[in-house]
Amino acid sequence: MAFLDKHKVIETNATLLMILSLLVVTIGGIVQIVPLFYLENTIEKVEGMRPYTPLELAGRNIYIREGCYGCHSQMIRPMRDEVERYGHYSLAAESMYDRPFQWGSKRTGPDLARVGGRYSDEWHQDHFQNAKSVVPESVMPPYGFLANTIIDGKYIQDVIATNRMAGVPYDDAMVEDALADFTAQADPNGDSSGLEERYGTATFGTPVNVRNFDGQPELTEMDALIAYIQVLGTMVDFSTYTPVANR
Amino acid sequence: MAKPLKKELRQVETTGHSWDGIEEYNNPLPRWWVWVFYATIVWGIGYTVAYPAWPLITGATPGLLGASTRADVEVEIAAVDAANAATKDKLIAADLTAIGADPELANYAERAGAAIFKTNCATCHGSGAAGVEGKGYPNLLDDDWLWGGTMEDIHLTVTHGIRNTTDPDARYSQMPAFGVDGILDETQIGQVAEHVLAISGQEHDATAAAAGATLFAENCAACHMEDGSGDRTQGAPKLTDAIWLYGGSREKIIETVTKARFGVMPNWSPRLSEDEIRAVAYYVHSRGGGE
Repeated sequence: MAFLDKHKVIETNATLLMILSLLVVTIGGIVQIVPLFYLENTIEKVEGMRPYTPLELAGRNIYIREGCYGCHSQMIRPMRDEVERYGHYSLAAESMYDRPFQWGSKRTGPDLARVGGRYSDEWHQDHFQNAKSVVPESVMPPYGFLANTIIDGKYIQDVIATNRMAGVPYDDAMVEDALADFTAQADPNGDSSGLEERYGTATFGTPVNVRNFDGQPELTEMDALIAYIQVLGTMVDFSTYTPVANR
Repeated sequence: MAKPLKKELRQVETTGHSWDGIEEYNNPLPRWWVWVFYATIVWGIGYTVAYPAWPLITGATPGLLGASTRADVEVEIAAVDAANAATKDKLIAADLTAIGADPELANYAERAGAAIFKTNCATCHGSGAAGVEGKGYPNLLDDDWLWGGTMEDIHLTVTHGIRNTTDPDARYSQMPAFGVDGILDETQIGQVAEHVLAISGQEHDATAAAAGATLFAENCAACHMEDGSGDRTQGAPKLTDAIWLYGGSREKIIETVTKARFGVMPNWSPRLSEDEIRAVAYYVHSRGGGE
């Protein structure tokens, strides 16, 4: 056959075969990946999503450093059992400021996509110190050292700037005042008006959690991690969200 | 036994390649394999027509079958909700104290409440509702209630929570940190602790306890009552029994008086619907300590 004879030219010419294979893979990639960047319904239009505050972002980095994603997912799938246990299924919009996302692929522990506000800070302190003290059947290792590790926010401005470079919409003020916002969030007696102005009700519709998350006077990694945990899945205002039919 | 095929019947064209005199037969693919291969291509095209697939300008093609996992889960949940709607309405309309009297409601509330408790409450109060002793997570099985153990009390506690910052109607009270805030000095705190040990029937130093009794009357009795029986309207625990939230040893009592305690419970009203709150309140109430 004529077609097969032409095929022989490709098969006997390694460079041509490589170039043509690359072309085919590229087309496949373009068809699958490129539409996600321009299709309007890739990411839902929701209200309330905001970039993480500096302290939450630091907590997120601790979450990644400690490999929490190895046992915890952050992705509630649209299935009845998951929705009834964890809450509304996760939306793409909810991880649009995650660099990288923490959807995870394995649940040794429960899903954490909507764990924010579900338990008290004190519970999280106890639980991080020794998970078995509050959940006897838990196999989570202790993370008490986080409460003994002070963080000074030395690099927080760089972290915010890097996230901005990666496409998270932090504005100039957010980058500039990163360190101030970082310390303000864990100090309920300090002045957190700047933090509230940049990340809070006026701009995004919901107030920022400003508390002493770890119950100690020092600003520790425990503060950052609990601040992050307590905001997970709480940003989107579901009262204004209507699901699109064909998703 | 079949005879071997004659030589000319086995004769198939070779590919024409020859490596060290080794040639390769150019056998055609089995017919069934070729047809399955074509069938998968046809199936693949059909699949992209039936299910969401091709990206267009504003969205992907929805597919003729209208498949959507998000719509499916909504339908599934709506079906369950519809099946339970009558019972839920009845549960919401019912008087809180009358739930137990209606066997249908009681059965529903018991089972729904158990599922809700295990999902949301067990994390702190334990999967068996026995709390965590010494950590401040109250045991819900006994009749020692901090804020009251009637259906109304439990319902209010679950709805608004305790000492949280998210619900303005949350139950609220705060114990002063007598040591940290310098209200009492170390000796005085020790004396108060001896008095608390005394009224709870534990080993104590009688002289120190006597001094502690005066201090207790001045500083603690407003909430914990003169006799230490506690006050449920303020969530002040009873100090005369052997049930302790944060531990009843001398060291633990001194720690509590020095630093104070501030147990927090989230408000469940936006997370759980009214019928769910009623169900879980009934479940907790029926664990044995309900009043």
